Amino acid sequence: MTVRERLREKISAAFYRHGLLCASYPVPIILFTSASILACCYPLLRLPLPGTGPVEFTTRVRDYTVPSHEPQGDLGEQPDWYRGPPVAYIQPVLVKAAVSPWDSTLVPVDVFRSPLGRVFSLLEEIRNHVHDDGSGIRSLEALCLQVTDLLPGLRRMQRVLPEHGCLLVSPGNYWQNQRELFDSDPDLLKTVHQHEPKGLHTSATLRDLLFGVPVKHTGVSLYSRKRVVTYTITMVLGSYDARFLSSLRARLRQLHPSVNCSLREDHMVHVHFKEEIGMAELIPLVTTYIILFAYIYFSTRKIDMVKSKWGLALAAVVTVLSSLLMSVGLCTLFGLTPTLNGGEIFPYLVVVIGLENVLVLTKSVVSTPVDLEVKLRIAQGLSNESWSIMKNMATELCIILIGYFTLVPAIQEFCLFAVVGLVSDFFLQMFFFTTVLSIDIRRMELADLNRRLPAEAGMPLPKPGPLRPREAPPPPRPSPHTITLQTPAFRNLRLPKRLRVVYFLARTRLAQRFIMVGTVIWIGILAYTDPAGLRTYLAAQVSEQSPLGDGGAGGLPPHLGVAPVFPGPGGDPVGTLSVLPAPAEPTPLPENQSQGHHGAPGEGVPLVPQISWGAEDEEGWRRLSFRHWPSLFSYYNITLAKRYISILPVIPITLHLSPREAIETRHPQDTRHPPPPSLKTNDLPADLTLYKVAALGLAAGVLLVLLLFCLYRVLCSRNYGQNGVAHGRRRRGDLPCDDYGYSPPISEISPLLLCGHSMDIECLASDGMLLASCCLAGQIRVWDTQTGDCLTVIPKHGLRRSSSSGCWEQRDGWDAVGVAEPENLGGGTEPGGGVFDEGEGYPLRRRTTPRPALFENQPDLTPLIDTNFDSQPPSHLLLTPPRDGFDFGGLVEKAYLEHEPPSPGLTASYPSPLSGPPPQRRRSLGYIQPPAPQGQETPDWESAVWAMELRGNLIAAGRSNGKLELWDAVEGSLRCSNEDGVSGITALAFLNNRIVAARLDGSLDFFTVDINKPLGLLQYRGPPGRSNMPPSPCYSSEDVISCQLTRSVQCAHQKPITVLRAAAGRVVTGSQDHTVRVYRLEDSCCLFTLQGHSGGITAIYIDQTMVLASGGQDGAICLWDVLTGSRVSHVYGHRGDVTSLVCTTSCVISSGLDDLICIWDRSTGIKLYSIQQEVGCGASLGVISESLLVTGGQGCVSFWDLNFGDLLQTVYLGQSSDGQGVRQLVVLNNAAIVCDFGSELSLVYVPSVLEKLD
Amino acid sequence: MASTATTPSRGPYIAVITNRNTNLGIRGFMLFSIGVFLALVLNLLQVQRNVTLFPPDVISSIFSSAWWVPPCCGTASAMIGLLYPCIDSRLGEPHKFKREWSSVMRCVAVFVGINHASAKVDFANNVQLSLTLAALSIGLWWTFDRSRSGFGLGVVIALLATLSTQLLVYNGVFQYTSPDFLYIRSWLPCIFFAGVITMGNIGRQLALYECKRMSGKTHQD
Repeated sequence: MTVRERLREKISAAFYRHGLLCASYPVPIILFTSASILACCYPLLRLPLPGTGPVEFTTRVRDYTVPSHEPQGDLGEQPDWYRGPPVAYIQPVLVKAAVSPWDSTLVPVDVFRSPLGRVFSLLEEIRNHVHDDGSGIRSLEALCLQVTDLLPGLRRMQRVLPEHGCLLVSPGNYWQNQRELFDSDPDLLKTVHQHEPKGLHTSATLRDLLFGVPVKHTGVSLYSRKRVVTYTITMVLGSYDARFLSSLRARLRQLHPSVNCSLREDHMVHVHFKEEIGMAELIPLVTTYIILFAYIYFSTRKIDMVKSKWGLALAAVVTVLSSLLMSVGLCTLFGLTPTLNGGEIFPYLVVVIGLENVLVLTKSVVSTPVDLEVKLRIAQGLSNESWSIMKNMATELCIILIGYFTLVPAIQEFCLFAVVGLVSDFFLQMFFFTTVLSIDIRRMELADLNRRLPAEAGMPLPKPGPLRPREAPPPPRPSPHTITLQTPAFRNLRLPKRLRVVYFLARTRLAQRFIMVGTVIWIGILAYTDPAGLRTYLAAQVSEQSPLGDGGAGGLPPHLGVAPVFPGPGGDPVGTLSVLPAPAEPTPLPENQSQGHHGAPGEGVPLVPQISWGAEDEEGWRRLSFRHWPSLFSYYNITLAKRYISILPVIPITLHLSPREAIETRHPQDTRHPPPPSLKTNDLPADLTLYKVAALGLAAGVLLVLLLFCLYRVLCSRNYGQNGVAHGRRRRGDLPCDDYGYSPPISEISPLLLCGHSMDIECLASDGMLLASCCLAGQIRVWDTQTGDCLTVIPKHGLRRSSSSGCWEQRDGWDAVGVAEPENLGGGTEPGGGVFDEGEGYPLRRRTTPRPALFENQPDLTPLIDTNFDSQPPSHLLLTPPRDGFDFGGLVEKAYLEHEPPSPGLTASYPSPLSGPPPQRRRSLGYIQPPAPQGQETPDWESAVWAMELRGNLIAAGRSNGKLELWDAVEGSLRCSNEDGVSGITALAFLNNRIVAARLDGSLDFFTVDINKPLGLLQYRGPPGRSNMPPSPCYSSEDVISCQLTRSVQCAHQKPITVLRAAAGRVVTGSQDHTVRVYRLEDSCCLFTLQGHSGGITAIYIDQTMVLASGGQDGAICLWDVLTGSRVSHVYGHRGDVTSLVCTTSCVISSGLDDLICIWDRSTGIKLYSIQQEVGCGASLGVISESLLVTGGQGCVSFWDLNFGDLLQTVYLGQSSDGQGVRQLVVLNNAAIVCDFGSELSLVYVPSVLEKLD
Repeated sequence: MASTATTPSRGPYIAVITNRNTNLGIRGFMLFSIGVFLALVLNLLQVQRNVTLFPPDVISSIFSSAWWVPPCCGTASAMIGLLYPCIDSRLGEPHKFKREWSSVMRCVAVFVGINHASAKVDFANNVQLSLTLAALSIGLWWTFDRSRSGFGLGVVIALLATLSTQLLVYNGVFQYTSPDFLYIRSWLPCIFFAGVITMGNIGRQLALYECKRMSGKTHQD
């Protein structure tokens, strides 16, 4: 054990030092690693590239013998597949035929009809050729490869391809090798074309097979420029007989001499075909790769809390891949040639080597304390995980070694690769990945520094540079769009399936990507399957363009071609052209001579098609697709996989036909073809068709675009993004939909603005039905959350004459709400509302006139509030006590306040009814005399309200001078106040009949609210969530309410208490002294002091289920068990303060100063996903239902689907939204949210939630 | 109007998920389809490669085996995948080892690799093949499972499956190309064992989601 411990220590120390080294010299180490990777991969250059292309081997014809089956030792560079007889010998007979001299009387069909017709006589000759030497008579029948039936699936080729006999393929097969059929065929081209497959094809076509040369080179076309027809008669021989073949060759040469032909005839080429990958092999392969990618995906998804997730994931993958390459390279270096199929074992190698270590390293480094130096963090993280890494490594090596002793060669080889791969992977992890990680972490800290500064200054500047994209949540990526839902569908958040599919398609641009990928693959396949064709095509292009190639190309436009070709009768300048094999023989053929004579005098009129034999004809089969032979043989169910064929040297045949012969063989219908284009524009047709095609394509494209545009105009409504409010308001650059130029239509959800406060709103409190807000000016307003009416203003005297209390603003969709039980007072008030502004002829409020029915259910408070009796604002607004940053105010507001002229007004006493409330109001509110019962104290207007709570009809307000006041929410009267403390109340909790106040000096006061009436507040109302309607008062105004300090915990915390939450009979406080304390509400007893944060506590959440979560300035989130005081989980989620925390039954939602909203799994503490928000918002959070999250932003609130992290909707709060962030957000019970919005409140209903609850 | 009760409001989707029976059904179906897919693919692996180049029926070679084999494999894998978490909860020892999808994927890949090896690698004799596969299977269990219950269940199910296969073969319903040991291919138990471990791993991982939801719910209650 001690040995183990010592070993462990040593390993840990070594890793620590190594981490320091890596983090100190990142660049040299990365350079060194790259160099070593490259060095190790260098031997790979010698390996052949993988592929299924055929392999060739050339031998001499002269001393050819069929190779034996047994390996014959070392025979030079004989490949190992060159054993045994080939599947077949291919003897191509390449025929080039032309009608010469070309006559202007000839029609285009003549170019190929008579040359093709010659194939039958040639076939006849070949078939009938008999070689007879002493040993016996040999004919083609005896030597050729006898084939049987075609494959059953190829019935349509039965008429064309030979069956039950010699495999002899030529263009004559189109006409069943019968001259009569050929002669009676009115349209040869049609016959040829009718066997072509429709659509795309990548393998050899029938036309290629029969003609034996690529289509382009056959010259069987009406627009052939060269007027030379080329085709091949392919003999497939089963056995090799040199004498027969040479006699056949001699015979054919004798019959049809090719003069200028100098093709080499002494080499035969053996072509070995690799195994074709069929479906059967492909499916498991694809499956393993899919599993591999899933593995990589799931692994790299776990990389978190780093600067660049993608970068690290890439580094991890690079580590694994290059370690594989290194292992293969090293193995090759030491003489082990890989025999396994690389593609097959690759996924397994990756899986064996694994990404685990990399992830473990990352996690360990990331979880080290953030405040350490980068070097130390890396070192510490490394040494933390050193033991487990070494242990895993040893285990894997052991397993692989066991595998090595299975003594199965394949497994041994695999194990060897795996061992070397593991070791090199370890090397790379230690050097490459660790260094990359250190660089990343350093970058992250720098970025953090940049972020932190503006955030701490209280004025978050817009971050320069592009916003980071949201980190991908595991479920489908959140849409960049704002998905706008119809109102009723909002509740369950599930769109119809088809819409979701469409959205998904649109979001991911799936169709486009598919098409793109498909195109790329198709191009790749084309390039891969027919590389020869492409090459020759390119070569042809080049040679056609260069003047040298023109000479070789033969048929030339006269104005260009005549001069070089016929400079004089004597010398042959063509010989100087390098492409042409020089026909330098002094004895040209008579035909050639005659051509020359014909051609020379009439300059440009007749053209002599030149038949030339070039090096490319020597092995003309190379220009064919490499699947040419496999497909030919596969028609007869003969596979060439892992076998080879031998291709014998080609027999060239040159045919010159006279025009007379061509005319004789004409079919009567041939002349109906259009006359040949004039010679001068000889090269035009091709170009013309090109232009035609281009023009047509262009026209079709334009037409298509127009059509689509019309369709779009017809189908889509034209006012996307134009309805509703001005477009400019949405023009903010960070609006996600702007990337696509699409702004969503404004939905039914529209905020209701509650204006009335003259300054920014500081405190918000709600118990569901009533909403109390307090602004910086000290004014408390009580609102009805159902209708948005202002019920009460405390103090009653208006601050400003023009303060538009009771004003409400309404957007569309609000009309239907609020008509409930009508009261009988409406008739009287409504007309009065307009008359009340006596003094200055204050304009009529717009709400008073039009719809009387709307306000009947509410007491009309207009006269109470909106009178202008008091033109002097209150005097002493001393709002300058020292405040803490954590509190609600910001620097801006302070500055703003100090610049405001202090409003002179009543310092005073009881809010005297300067303008007596009109009788209507009294009737509506009930009788509120006497306003001052015993114990009534004077309200304090001098100090600011720092904390406020609302329960029932009571508003508890904590002031900066330590005073606690209880107000009647409906009547606006001060019910009691307590001045036991002097330090400012920073936070309040009001639960049942108890009030807990946290003070600036860190003390905690417990108050009890006593109502001397049996049916009091507590009994009447349920738990805080279940409030009653405001019209039924909880206590009558006669009740005497007293508020007594029951206990004061003097030193609850060393430092100011920042957060105070109460639920489930517990009071939880968080302070800047890094601790959280839990108190029992009944007896004010401190149950636990929870330690675990390394920074001040900034956010606490506790709910009825006793779940306690706390977040601190260190960015950590702790989940606690309130019953035992133990820490359930501890995660680092944010870089910077955690600003707010909410829990649902399954997850924890946190937001931080880094503008990130993280969603954590509550039971495991695993981060599910995170949402990157705009800069400077995201401090306010709310959960409406289990799956609906609300966040506040810059002038807007956003709704998110918690299950998937999708942005559902963004609701804009006002016209002038810029710059005003939502700082507080309260979710009401009736599925509405209230957020502060500068000096206004915004009430946003989530309509369908409301429906569901009703 | 006095209905502002804060009922725990969860979306219908979540409700469906939390519904125990439906959840069981979904898990079973997923396991079933995984099993069918793996059966098809692995069967294809076993198909020898001397198929012609233009096989007229490529697709039919996928279904070259009897039609009822993939559904049987699917059903068996569904049962195994549901059985494993169930036994875990019964025994009261929840499986804690490497509960991540990446690990599960690795396990599946190793399983496919074992099959691949058994199909493609030429072994000298069958004893060697069987021993190698046995070692690989045990290694699979050690790497990804390491629970006693998993091992026991795997062995039992592998033996049962081998027995039933042998019965089938004995009755002539099913036939091997080359049985090497008592009408049966001797490496079959190892493959079965590895498959059981793999499916159990997947089943546990799937059950993890339900566990989370259920625990959240009970916690709330």
